[in-house]
Amino acid sequence: MTPDEEAEIKRRQKGRNIVLGIVLLFFVALFYAITIVRMGD
Amino acid sequence: MQGMNSAVASTLPADWRDFFALTKPRVMSLVIFTGLCGLLAAPGTINPVIGFTAVLCIALGAGGAAALNQWWEADLDAGMKRTASRPLPAGRLARGDALTFGIILSSLSVIVMGLGVHWLNALILALSIFYYAVIYTIWLKPRTPQNIVIGGGAGAFPPMIGWVAVTGEITLMPVLLFAIIFFWTPPHFWALALFVKSDYAKVGIPMMPVVAGERSTRRQILFYALVMVPVAVAPWLVGGTGAFYGGAALVLSLAFLGLTLPVAFRTQAEEDAMRPEKRLFGFSILYLFALFAALVADRFAAAQGWAQGVIA
Repeated sequence: MTPDEEAEIKRRQKGRNIVLGIVLLFFVALFYAITIVRMGD
Repeated sequence: MQGMNSAVASTLPADWRDFFALTKPRVMSLVIFTGLCGLLAAPGTINPVIGFTAVLCIALGAGGAAALNQWWEADLDAGMKRTASRPLPAGRLARGDALTFGIILSSLSVIVMGLGVHWLNALILALSIFYYAVIYTIWLKPRTPQNIVIGGGAGAFPPMIGWVAVTGEITLMPVLLFAIIFFWTPPHFWALALFVKSDYAKVGIPMMPVVAGERSTRRQILFYALVMVPVAVAPWLVGGTGAFYGGAALVLSLAFLGLTLPVAFRTQAEEDAMRPEKRLFGFSILYLFALFAALVADRFAAAQGWAQGVIA
């Protein structure tokens, strides 16, 4: 594996991790909000 | 990554943008619009957080179904110019990853819909994903030239799901919203199929103009448009909306029918610019947006007390 390929793999892994992190945080916030709303019903 | 050959590309972890492309974001935007309109037009109120969750799940479900569709059709997509650059046929994504992604997205959308909104909604959503990914994509699309009619059913679910998120039950109105998109899809798509020479035939997908011929396709466009007019006006006739929607639906649908007539009764000449077909296709998109916007406007007018006689 060339250094270029290695750098590309790192870049893509980082990009995917960031997106996945954002998605997970978003769902945490969403479920918190849903729970609060449901408790008020 | 264009310069990298597919053997190398497939050993690399896929870029997140390729997963995003798998969800067909442009189709998703129309799904979000009609789903949101169904939600806003329904009688009653819904908490904004729950409403947002419902629309989000409709979008996630559509994305999951689109991913499953591309997983199944990767070989077909590779053979067609329009789709050859999608992540799977271009080799930027492994096929198994697309399947996993589609299943996770679909399951997530159904579970979140059930927990957050309503299990009846989750059931309809699951049904719509199954309908698109299995009944349409795998079973009927490669087998019948009526595939567009059947595919239209998949696109018709979102406003129904949006409506049921508010009311919690399936009544005549969400079924009528379903029927409107169902009958709208064939004239919309076949108008396009008449002037865009696609390479579906090359990969063995039976599209109506190729299988039944141009003349038959034109007549069928007229048939579905004729059925669509009363269906589009029906929400008003059954008392589900006010006169504002009724008037808008009547005018828009008659205009739609008016544009269908020249398409139905002409034959293509050599060097034909296909203006009537292009006009019909362009208007069909505007029509659907305007009709659903009118539906929402009608509900808001009723809520403000500007119109009378609106029932559920």
